Amino acid sequence: MSLRLAVALDRHGWHPAAPGDAAAAFTAAHWSGPVRAADAAGLDFVTVEDTFGPPETGPARPDAVLVAARLAPLTRHVGLVPVATTTHTEPFHLSTALATLDYLTGGRAGWQVRVSGRPEEAALLGRRAPLPASELLAEAADAVEVVRRLWDSWQDDAVIRDVATGRYLDRDRVHYVDFAGRYFSVKGPSIVPRPPQGQPVVTALAHTPSVYEFAARTADVVFVTPAEGTVAEVVGAVRAAEAAAGRTGSPLRIFADLVVSDRPDLGPLDSDATVVIGPPEELADLLERWRGRGIEGFRLRPAALPGDLEAITRRLVPMLRARGLFAPRAGRLRDRLGLPPARNRYAEGAVVA
Amino acid sequence: MPKQVILGAHFPGVNNTTVWSDPRAGSQIEFASFAHLARTAERGRFDFFFLAEGLRLREQRGLIHDLDVVGRPDTLTVLAGLAAVTERLGLAGTLNATFHEPYELARQLATLDHLSGGRAAWNVVTSSGAFFGANFRRGGFLEHRLRYERAGEFIRTAKRLWDTDGGDFAVRGAQFDIAGRFGVPRSPQGHPVIFQAGDSEGGRELAAAEADAVFSRHHEIEDARAFYRDVKGRLRRYGRNPDDLKIIPGVSFVLGDSDADAREKAHHIRRQQVSPQTAILLLEQVWNRDLSGYDPDGPLPAVDPDVSDHTVVQGRAGQYPDRLATAREWRERAEQKNLSIRELVIETTGRQSFVGTPQSVAAELDRYVQTGACDGFILVPHLTPTGLDEFVDTVVPLLQERGVLRSEYRTTTLRGHLGVS
Repeated sequence: MSLRLAVALDRHGWHPAAPGDAAAAFTAAHWSGPVRAADAAGLDFVTVEDTFGPPETGPARPDAVLVAARLAPLTRHVGLVPVATTTHTEPFHLSTALATLDYLTGGRAGWQVRVSGRPEEAALLGRRAPLPASELLAEAADAVEVVRRLWDSWQDDAVIRDVATGRYLDRDRVHYVDFAGRYFSVKGPSIVPRPPQGQPVVTALAHTPSVYEFAARTADVVFVTPAEGTVAEVVGAVRAAEAAAGRTGSPLRIFADLVVSDRPDLGPLDSDATVVIGPPEELADLLERWRGRGIEGFRLRPAALPGDLEAITRRLVPMLRARGLFAPRAGRLRDRLGLPPARNRYAEGAVVA
Repeated sequence: MPKQVILGAHFPGVNNTTVWSDPRAGSQIEFASFAHLARTAERGRFDFFFLAEGLRLREQRGLIHDLDVVGRPDTLTVLAGLAAVTERLGLAGTLNATFHEPYELARQLATLDHLSGGRAAWNVVTSSGAFFGANFRRGGFLEHRLRYERAGEFIRTAKRLWDTDGGDFAVRGAQFDIAGRFGVPRSPQGHPVIFQAGDSEGGRELAAAEADAVFSRHHEIEDARAFYRDVKGRLRRYGRNPDDLKIIPGVSFVLGDSDADAREKAHHIRRQQVSPQTAILLLEQVWNRDLSGYDPDGPLPAVDPDVSDHTVVQGRAGQYPDRLATAREWRERAEQKNLSIRELVIETTGRQSFVGTPQSVAAELDRYVQTGACDGFILVPHLTPTGLDEFVDTVVPLLQERGVLRSEYRTTTLRGHLGVS
């Protein structure tokens, strides 16, 4: 099976010294070039980086869901996967925004789940004491559960437009989600009909076993950050977390994150992910090696735009295609990632959890 | 130069104004529908596109309401998408001050303003009800009397954040106690345009203090003039000029080849809007009782409305403060004219604001604006997504000939279009 390829976009690149004007990263023009290049190269998806509050140092980011929505009409094939934080936000708004992004893209939407543990971010909301770190993932798991239930709360055939009886909707095909958890309660149903994919693709970045297990419980795709010597070990830990979580159905798609840099002049880069500096041949070799160890896809983080992205779309992708390692796929994002069609938990015959 | 007519395009909403049963009615959720209406409005050199917000599906008698359009997208997400398919059109979204939080919403609106090159607007509404709260963390805690306190503090807080140009802020008030770095650099408009839609005393004061425009419900000319005088008269107290706040009622329209043709079309549309089932449902909103056993083609109920606190309608502002008086009025009218329930409801509720030929409608719109009834209109078409096509093809050129509507955009931001600084 050929590799799956994604690009992670963040402001002017992932290197803190990547040159570029801070305010320019808020304009549509800044994003349209890179995302169109990813679209044309046949990449499976791009993620749009974000945090709830501005980072401790350096310039802030625009709201990633809105950036993805702004880019949706400019792209045809590439999946759009914004980061959105669960910690200080409303699960109801998250669910409807992401469902709407799925409509805007015709079924190419995803979501990278993030939690917020910094006290500075809690102060931006101000309403409650920050959650202890040990509970952030528990609350996030509840949020993902609510978001997913709301996506299912309309059956695909709920809108009937039956002139004879005057009914627009078959209300028996729309369901309260009645979630009551430790952190919040949500009644439902959604205000948005079920999105084109049924369930947009849920992803999470994970560095530790507890987050692997969070991903195993909630996500479709996990981004991991192994080094050359730890790939098999990390893959093994993810699979063990799936077993521990009792995951059933489709296994997690494991993507490795890599920082791609051809800019040694920017200085050393302190990153959670392995940094690959050098010509695309070396990167292609690495991808092939890691694939043999259980990595199914890669999310490449260009260190500086536009050069490091061009190295991916113009040089790496043709090289991978020539080697038979990558072939662009068509269809909705779930299909491109080999995820099965999303069953509706509320549809007739389904077992309601 | 005569006073310019401000024009907004309202996406057809989740109520019985929107006719879904017509063969021409398209999707209420596909992005193509939103894009069509927005592009049509931009072709007509409108000032802005306007979108409502959903927080919960409406209910009547404890059941999800199934007769009108149900379901809609998230407001901000659609507006961000529309920024890609339009160039100059303002993008106004309704967002509830009770179920959003200032830092997050200020950041989203500033993001939208950046991504659209200065075209974002926020229609501030408030809610106190536990009905909506059931979908949100806060539940229904906000007391009714506090809703404008929260809305006012929310708007002032958002403005404070926008003014930081990405820097530090600290806000301590009755509703919010927040501090930190905003992060978002100053957006093209500085402050996205603020709409206010509440009609109560508190809503009017809030508009006079903080808003750039009012989305009003007053469209009968004398009523509109009274509202216009009232709200504009409040501005001085806040050190503002009458021109700083634009009064823009939501209106509907029907066009025909002759006035008689337009009236006939209007009646046909009213019959589509009030199906037999919808007639009973609208009657229940006055009677506050289960009337499902009544024949829509028969006479009005002899029983009086239920005036207890219990209410059959959820998720919609109450429209009938004195149920007994309304019922008395409706019965008298039905007896006088020998009207059935459905005929009475068709005649009494939601009649179109402007009905006539393109010439007469253009003249009437212009008269409203030139004679102090309003500063412009938010047009609410009854059909998705083509309901504005005919207006743009026929009425817009007449308004342009009259010199009251731009033929080309001369400004790039919504503040520029509206002439509010």
